[in-house]
Amino acid sequence: MNEQEFRREVADWMATHLVGRFACLKHRGGPGDEEAFPALRKEWEQELAAGGWVGLGWPKAHGGRDLPLALQLAFHEEYVRAGGPGRIGHIGETLMAPTLIALGTPAQQARFLPGIREGREYWAQGYSEPGAGSDLAAITTRCWQDEDGRWRLQGQKVWTSLAHESEWIFVVARSTPGSVGREGLSFLLVPLDQPGIEIHPIRQMTGEAEFNSVFFDGAVTEADCIVGKPGEGWKVAMALLGFERGVSTLGQQMHFSHELQLVIDVARANGAARDPAIRQRIADAWVGLQGLRYNGLRMLEEDTSSTKVRPEALIYKYAWSNWHRELGQLAMDVIGVAGDVRSDDDALRRLQQVFFFSRADTIYAGTNEIQLNIIAERGLGMPRG
Amino acid sequence: MNLSDEQRALQETAADFLAAHTNARKEADADAGLWSRIVELGWAAVQVPEDLDGLGLGPVELVLLMEEMGRRLARTPFLANVVLAQTALLQAASAEAQQRALAALAYGERTATLILGPGLDAQPASLTVKARRDGEGWVLAGEAAQVLDDGLLTHAYLAARIEEAPGVALFELAVDAAGLSRTPLEVWDLTRPQACWRFDEVRLTADARVDDPTRVLAGLVRTRVLAALQVAAEQVGGAAQCLQLAVDYTKERVQFGKTVASFQAIKHRAAEMMVRMETARSTVLGVAARVAQGAQGNGLDDAALAAEVAAARVQATEAYRYCAQEAIQLHGGVGFTWEYDPQMHFKRAQWASQWFGPSRDWREALAAHLLDAA
Repeated sequence: MNEQEFRREVADWMATHLVGRFACLKHRGGPGDEEAFPALRKEWEQELAAGGWVGLGWPKAHGGRDLPLALQLAFHEEYVRAGGPGRIGHIGETLMAPTLIALGTPAQQARFLPGIREGREYWAQGYSEPGAGSDLAAITTRCWQDEDGRWRLQGQKVWTSLAHESEWIFVVARSTPGSVGREGLSFLLVPLDQPGIEIHPIRQMTGEAEFNSVFFDGAVTEADCIVGKPGEGWKVAMALLGFERGVSTLGQQMHFSHELQLVIDVARANGAARDPAIRQRIADAWVGLQGLRYNGLRMLEEDTSSTKVRPEALIYKYAWSNWHRELGQLAMDVIGVAGDVRSDDDALRRLQQVFFFSRADTIYAGTNEIQLNIIAERGLGMPRG
Repeated sequence: MNLSDEQRALQETAADFLAAHTNARKEADADAGLWSRIVELGWAAVQVPEDLDGLGLGPVELVLLMEEMGRRLARTPFLANVVLAQTALLQAASAEAQQRALAALAYGERTATLILGPGLDAQPASLTVKARRDGEGWVLAGEAAQVLDDGLLTHAYLAARIEEAPGVALFELAVDAAGLSRTPLEVWDLTRPQACWRFDEVRLTADARVDDPTRVLAGLVRTRVLAALQVAAEQVGGAAQCLQLAVDYTKERVQFGKTVASFQAIKHRAAEMMVRMETARSTVLGVAARVAQGAQGNGLDDAALAAEVAAARVQATEAYRYCAQEAIQLHGGVGFTWEYDPQMHFKRAQWASQWFGPSRDWREALAAHLLDAA
């Protein structure tokens, strides 16, 4: 399919569907704004699904469209350009589904993929624990099998985005008693709505609560709700993270581009655009965004060369999270004293969210410090300390 | 932005050749030999169109070569002759002048530099040499205080101010022209020689004026922008080498019973160098690929081109300065010595940060583009 035609098709669809009761969702949702209209955003997910826009990169055999990367990217760009809301189903679509397609059993694929694709079932990620943050392998949540084979879980997960809006959670838990580190872990699929699970919101510095603590107290899941074999949980967990650097990150850059445009609009409106220091910083933000963009494009290239380390992939998270944090500061410096007041103005609200929420960007999914360790060790071959 | 097999081969050849033959620490009498080897390899013909007997390749191939030259700090007329003089001819000269000169510049019959304003500023107001009509011909007067001139030149292309429209003309002259004096300058960056050129009533014939008057102004601005992208590639290569030197050294150097590379404070500094250098590299390569597409007709207008190049240029400038400084720091005491290479990159990084315009100018131009549009 011709890319330009495809882009027009996406833009037309968005223009005719992100209207009416969905119009209030424009540019809403996503990290920092997850409390915006969650119920309506789930309906929007179903609208998207009905339009055939979920699972674009999945194989056709699994109900996807098997589109090439360039068209997936085109979709994400046009989606954000049209103001498409933050995707409440992204953990299922871009993390759980590719993992099941790669490593799940046919029964698991048949059981779970349709719910993700149709926007009926939402997923949360159960990795971090109070004692296992940067040291992720220090997981202590336990799991074991009852005599009938069903899995039971005991322990606590934390920083679980959107657990309160989800039906399912994938959990990495210790199945081999006494094991340490990456050994003896298993990857389980667990229904959230059950007596053995309690979800407690974590109120973040913005005052909102997108993350949760999830407590497992004898929680149960079926015997076949394990991906990989018992003890292979680390391998599955890492494979899943590999999908995180997928095409969806390029949609993220369109969000960034939109946010920078909001900063520019505010600067032009309030006169900050005449301040030479602000001008330099806005230009630098644009420069940095091009760096992220070209880095992302380089990362998505088919790698024909070899299994060599991909430097652009190693540096990607560190680069975007620090850029975004800087953008938040720049935005508030442009807004000035008006930034002290919580605003309902679309631009100011969004930029205030960016300023505060981006403090988390350099912490979740590998802190700055962990990212630099990984870059030095894998990218530069420097020895582990 | 995927490299073709041919492009990868060119990159590997350049890397191997320059690693083995760089003259950065040799006496200047080695320079002519290196340059003629480079011409034999065809690198000076890369961007010359096929119908003018060149290889008909483009900015991506040049970027790959410039990155490797920057890595090894090769002292050659490549920047002056290919990236500047050839590009100026392609962008601003008449078809006749292109016919006459490009093949000669591609195959070593001629070696030329380009003279614009200080630091290769292309704005007419910055030009310091004036040309006035003298019968059929022209007379040049003035001084270009800092010209890229490594002593191997046979010719120069000079943008001079003229009274008549469009106010600027491009002239071709031989370095032995009567009235021209070239005084080598004592520069800090010994891999980028410069000279002061005085034009004391230099008389030129009419056919020495080579520009196409309808596109000389925009063409010279475009030349500077395209050259800045290539210098950005050279800066990326230099930054990459600084990182390599620092990592290699810290893996060898032992203190407190361990290699210093195993200390987190050191690792984080090296990782930060890599982030900045690789981001700049992604941008330089990506922009070069876009420019190459543009050459096939679906391209960037001048404003978009300048903006994209600004992104590459600012990143490369800042990355190289950062990496050169960090390379000195991560070498400890020896990083400050003449014998170790970081000082050479530190000087080149400084040179590159000012020529073709400092970051603040590129940022201000971008800000005008982003903020001041109607």
